[in-house]
Amino acid sequence: MSEPILEAVDLVKTYTMEDVEVRALRGVSLAVRPGEFVAIMGTSGSGKSTMMNILGCLDRPTSGSYKLAGKEVSKLGRGDLATVRNKVLGFVFQSFNLLARTSAQENVELPMVYAGIGGAERRERATFSLEKVGLGKRLDHTPAQLSGGQQQRVAIARAIVNRPKVILADEPTGNLDSRTSLEIMALFQELGRSGITIVLVTHEPDIAEFTSRVVMMRDGKILSDVAQAPVDARTALANFQEGDA
Amino acid sequence: MNLFSTFRVALLALLLNKMRSFLTVLGIIIGVGSVIAMVAIGEGAKAEVQRAFDKMGTNLLVIRSGSAQTSGVRGGAGSQPTLLWTDVDAIRKETLYVTKVAPSLRQSVQILGEGKNWTTSAEGTSPEYFEIRNWTFQYGGPFNEQDVATKAKVAVLGGTVVDNLFGNPADAVGATVRINNVPYEVIGVLARKGQAATGQDADDVVMVPAGTFAAKVQGGLRQYLGGSIYVGAASADDTRRAQAEITTLLRERHKLRDDEPDDFSVSSLAEAASARQEGTETMTRLLAGIALVSLLVGGIGIMNIMLVSVTERTREIGLRMAIGARPGDIRIQFVIEAVVLASVGGLLGVALGFGVATYLSTEFGWATKIDPQIVALALGSSALVGVGFGLYPAHKASRLDPIQALRYE
Ligand SMILES: Nc1ncnc2c1ncn2[C@@H]1O[C@H](COP(=O)(O)OP(=O)(O)O)[C@@H](O)[C@H]1O
Ligand SMILES: [Mg+2]
Repeated sequence: MSEPILEAVDLVKTYTMEDVEVRALRGVSLAVRPGEFVAIMGTSGSGKSTMMNILGCLDRPTSGSYKLAGKEVSKLGRGDLATVRNKVLGFVFQSFNLLARTSAQENVELPMVYAGIGGAERRERATFSLEKVGLGKRLDHTPAQLSGGQQQRVAIARAIVNRPKVILADEPTGNLDSRTSLEIMALFQELGRSGITIVLVTHEPDIAEFTSRVVMMRDGKILSDVAQAPVDARTALANFQEGDA
Repeated sequence: MNLFSTFRVALLALLLNKMRSFLTVLGIIIGVGSVIAMVAIGEGAKAEVQRAFDKMGTNLLVIRSGSAQTSGVRGGAGSQPTLLWTDVDAIRKETLYVTKVAPSLRQSVQILGEGKNWTTSAEGTSPEYFEIRNWTFQYGGPFNEQDVATKAKVAVLGGTVVDNLFGNPADAVGATVRINNVPYEVIGVLARKGQAATGQDADDVVMVPAGTFAAKVQGGLRQYLGGSIYVGAASADDTRRAQAEITTLLRERHKLRDDEPDDFSVSSLAEAASARQEGTETMTRLLAGIALVSLLVGGIGIMNIMLVSVTERTREIGLRMAIGARPGDIRIQFVIEAVVLASVGGLLGVALGFGVATYLSTEFGWATKIDPQIVALALGSSALVGVGFGLYPAHKASRLDPIQALRYE
């Protein structure tokens, strides 16, 4: 078995607000190996987003250790965390978070701008990424000119453009209709097959069944952690169309 | 993140809100514009004054005792006259470019006439002096060479002196005045000149023949001339040549070795005029003050709008951070945005200033002159204001927590 790409041990996160302590994570341990497609599930307030923020190097745990690609990152400063996010991780958000009035191409170029990659290479790689998510003909479209599903595809193109090891997605299908959700999950499965590790948060069991492992959280702890055979999203999509027709 | 794309992002962000950006930099536009216009007018006026000075005084030289360096303390304890009476004749006879020469001896005196008393400045000189200085007469006329040679007790009065001694200026000519208790016959009254360039009353003077002055007012300096020598030349070029000629001549006559400095100074009115123009420094400082205040006001406007922009773009900042922008990247982005904003304001201000100056000179014939240095300074300060007032909002943006920022509605 290969070394875990994500290895969190005994993560604790405590928020302090006016003398009241909120214990969002109460000792969570999770190891994810390269190529796994993990769904984190749980009720609202169970600590999913807090977990994702720490896994995504956007936040640091109150205690515990977190190794990303073999490197301890739980104690890094803001600047170093930014570099880790830029080089090792890709993010997909529920609300897409694309820059308004900015073309798909330029949105996808953004992570490479902060990686210090030159203009010509940026354009080439952004185009390639957008082709990969099926938007090769929409390079110049701004978010306002794209549907929700297309916007999320741009966001995924942006997430993969710096060739990350891990993609983190917090409710990526939360704002999409069910058919578009299937398309996005099919895209994730495709990326997973190419070797990228994916961790996504969802509260929909229908979405979780496309992943290879479901981690259930409650009250800041892991309730269950079950490996499963993923349902193929392409097939589901085909059936969906049949059922539709 | 490289600088070019940062500039591009900044420019695009500003263009997205054209009207707001324009209103934000209006303060800087007006500030820079008015300073450019005012400096253009000030410089134009200065050039005009210089021209006026040139017209009346470039052909005039004044020779004084003492070296140029020590001339500031002339008249102080221990200062010795070095000019000789024979220098006057020598300058007249042994130079090519000098057309007129006159000594000028000055001293404060008591003058009495019609029972009234006045303290004024007495000046001993020769008839050529009136020509060198273009002085004309209201009544009577100047004394002549013979009066100088015979030490005649005749006097020419300035308007202020006449006013203080005589009820009716016309009565003055032919009357007797007593200068330091010696009686003189008044033979002329000078046309009024008003305030001199030095700020003194040019009409508060009494002129007497140089010989008479040396004997009766100064008393016994013998061969040394206790005053200065005025020299006239035919043209500005001749004046420059005369200056060199006189210097060579007087060094020779005063037997100065090569390593000794001049024991006299030869200055032109043009030099004095340019020294006077240093007075316009006060004006320049005032303008600088106005510029500073308007830039500060403009800067506060920029800071304000940058803070608004940071708030509006909180999510964008969060996203940029999430995908790898370091705090420094965010900071530089907003600083550059502020600099671009302020610089665009500065540029528009310079254009406005140019426009106003051009309008004033074509429409009203005002003399204006635009100094490229001022333009550079205005643009530089605008950019600096951008940095100064952009830093705080930029810092604020860079300190945002990416999680909070991403969640911001
Ligand atoms: N920044 C914060 N400050 C204080 N409490 C927080 C903060 N973020 C999350 N929490 C609290 O931590 C708990 C877990 O939240 P979260 O991780 O967002 O849950 P989920 O994403 O599963 O809904 C909740 O009780 C929430 O109120
Ligand atoms: Mg959540």
